Amino acid sequence: MSTITLTINGQQVTVPAGSTILKAAEKLGVFIPTLCHHPQLTAVASCRICVVEVTFKGRKKLVPACMTGAQDGMEVETESAAVVESRRTILELLLANHPQDCLTCGQNGDCRLQDYAFRYNVPGAGFSGERHAYKIEDDNPFIIRDMNKCILCGRCVRMCAEIQGDGVIDFAHRGFNTKISTAMDLPLSKSECVFCGNCAAVCPVGALQEKGLRSSARTWEVKKVKTICPYCGTGCSIELNVKDGRVVGVTSCDGEVNGPALCVKGRFGYGFIHHPDRLTTPLIKKNGRFVEASWEETISLVAEKLTGIKNDHGPDALAVLSSARCTNEENYLLQKFTRAVLGTNNIDHCARL
Amino acid sequence: MTNSIDEIAGADFILAIGTNTTETHPVIALQVKKAVRQGAKLAVIDPRVTKLAELADYHLQLNPGTDCALLNGLANVIIAEELWDKDFVAHRTEDFASFRQWVSGYTPQYVERVTGIPADVIYKLAREYAGAENAAILYTMGLTQHISGTANVHAVANLAMLCGQVGKKHSGVNPLRGQNNVQGACDMGALPDVLTGYQKVTSDEVRAKFARAWKVDTLPASAGLTVGEMMAGTQKGCIKAMYIVGENPVLSDANAGDVKEALQKLDFLVVQDIFLTETARLADVVLPAASFAEKEGTFTNTERRVQKVRKAIAPMGRARADWEIICLLAGAMGYTMNYQSPAEIMDEIASLTPSYGGISHARLEKGSLQWPCPNKDHPGTPVLHKEKFVRGRGKFHRAEYIPPQELPDQEYPLLLCTGRRLYHYHTGTMTLRTGALEKYYPGEYLDVNPIDARKWKLTPGCRVRVISRRGEVELVVRITDTIPPGMVFTSFHFPEVPINNLTNPAQDPIAKIPELKVCSVRLELL
Repeated sequence: MSTITLTINGQQVTVPAGSTILKAAEKLGVFIPTLCHHPQLTAVASCRICVVEVTFKGRKKLVPACMTGAQDGMEVETESAAVVESRRTILELLLANHPQDCLTCGQNGDCRLQDYAFRYNVPGAGFSGERHAYKIEDDNPFIIRDMNKCILCGRCVRMCAEIQGDGVIDFAHRGFNTKISTAMDLPLSKSECVFCGNCAAVCPVGALQEKGLRSSARTWEVKKVKTICPYCGTGCSIELNVKDGRVVGVTSCDGEVNGPALCVKGRFGYGFIHHPDRLTTPLIKKNGRFVEASWEETISLVAEKLTGIKNDHGPDALAVLSSARCTNEENYLLQKFTRAVLGTNNIDHCARL
Repeated sequence: MTNSIDEIAGADFILAIGTNTTETHPVIALQVKKAVRQGAKLAVIDPRVTKLAELADYHLQLNPGTDCALLNGLANVIIAEELWDKDFVAHRTEDFASFRQWVSGYTPQYVERVTGIPADVIYKLAREYAGAENAAILYTMGLTQHISGTANVHAVANLAMLCGQVGKKHSGVNPLRGQNNVQGACDMGALPDVLTGYQKVTSDEVRAKFARAWKVDTLPASAGLTVGEMMAGTQKGCIKAMYIVGENPVLSDANAGDVKEALQKLDFLVVQDIFLTETARLADVVLPAASFAEKEGTFTNTERRVQKVRKAIAPMGRARADWEIICLLAGAMGYTMNYQSPAEIMDEIASLTPSYGGISHARLEKGSLQWPCPNKDHPGTPVLHKEKFVRGRGKFHRAEYIPPQELPDQEYPLLLCTGRRLYHYHTGTMTLRTGALEKYYPGEYLDVNPIDARKWKLTPGCRVRVISRRGEVELVVRITDTIPPGMVFTSFHFPEVPINNLTNPAQDPIAKIPELKVCSVRLELL
């Protein structure tokens, strides 16, 4: 494969031909801010926050790093005075029409706009002018959609079209009135939206927030534990967001099977974990009613009953249903228990249902 | 699946049969949609107009339960027009001559009469499938939940072998499995006739190996009972006690009314679950289990990928992980199961299961592995049957069409089909308790075609009693032309609509799968 060698902030780096400046910078560990860029989506270079100063063939100019191909002999400056000035202006323009409600915003602490405003010391809007006053869309149990916070990066649009493959949302109107909209500007709940929440997962600001997660924990309070979704057989990776010993939400990570995508059940179907109906103690039925019991009492009762029936009627009078919901290790142990301890092959599960 | 999920997007042709992929496997459906965007042809065989069907180049709304005839019809055309992969058939398969002979009866004209699919569509589809460079077949319970379920799957396999569409990337025979670890539960031998990795209980050698490892004198030698047979055995009084872990047969099994009656006849029923399910309510003893978020272990997905499940929180109250409960119970019955962790259990699985031989929790921490993974250095197997089939040559099985056991008649004039909805899952035990999904999709409907609605004088939102020979439920009517005339459809997610009280427990003779997709019903307006 042919390669390209360029210089970024005085350091040489060699990358495969066709790489962008952003890719080359990543290889060096040099940070370049991005908003509209997402590694799994088409590059559109619309936000321009990733501009870098490139000197090439005697010419010097600002180019978007996410879209510009690296060339042999390029010299790139990622934080030159011109770059910083340009980024600050972009941030001032964005903040001129962005609610400054970070104190109560659920995305606080995990917001690119906030990060870059801090990094480039942009305390607020450098410009004053008209502001949007869209109604916050809150009529579904999954996603809060606040278009006042939208920076029009279009990540959600591309996610819905390119990964989810549904194309439920797109840019509508022109100029200052441009907004991300469903067909006929209906709420998501009245559109073809299937609430996978993949748009919210890639929103770099607080315009699209997972309702449960963002209202129950600050972003820095959660510990993320990567595991596998408990629903269908696809095996998507999910991150359980845990605060004070409680699962308060699910986020997607770059799963081996699912990449950044999840479905509505995987992303929003976690509430059963802490549901008050959860069984928390062994129960023994006495006179037709369940009575709480200790593990010792319960296990000895079960052992005694199963042993008794096995002795009186033979092992094949016993039957076990295992579970497609349990782990491999548990299914293994249960069939071992059935065969080695109970002494029967009467074990099955719901593979046929 | 013979192949992997991410290969679907690279197929040139996708034949999706009996799978409502966008609702039941939404993330796998993303791969199908991607393939279509990249120019692949998609054929959907399904009586209903699913979202997937809307994306398809060909949507074959066949008569329910006639899949086998249709698949044989495709093979018939492919052979008659000499479009089959002669090299693959000659070197990789057996019994082609007999296949060719019996499939010759499935002429497109005959198949049109059986399936309702016009002969010219059968010709076109057959040519497209045979002509594709890489063609993948996807299927789900729409194909298998029939008394002819095994024949249907054989017909799929025959078609793939006929065209050499197996054993290479972006092709294959790909059942999309419905539950997080249904593949793993099968792999682990939670089945009446096999131990782990499908090692037969009837083999003396296999039993001797496991008996040695488990330190017992003997292991039972004859195959045990399947779910349906257990319930029948309970009715007859042969089964006296059951231990049910993480299942809700009172709602999920066919002819569920009889299942409930059977469980009530038991001398002793233990249910281990995370909720007091409809089944658990019948138990003598209920054992509280930890949810997936509260334990370590592994799940194996539909593409045979073994992945690590990690503990995020402590079990609720005094609940315990299922593996710990099983160890306690074994101990109380005089058999020591002493494991420090699920990782140790996996080591034992690997030592007894060739296809899991190279799998350990330590390796899975670095990334998942697809079985077969026979040793520690093996990278796993994304595509099965590359050089040869497990049995050597791929066998063309005789797969004759048999109509569903119970079809509409004068007394029960409509066909009831059941399935899943996007927002819910199985018997609703989890999804009806999320604080979100059940708010958005709070109740169930009976989907009815407008023609039938006029015939039975139904209006949107009216309530009807749906009655089969086995039971009845009440449902709200939703009129939609996504359902063909003569069919009604609903899900089995809602306890207040125990639709499986109506379904037909008639089984496929080999797989013992009940015919959940077809039974006949009548409606009464309430």
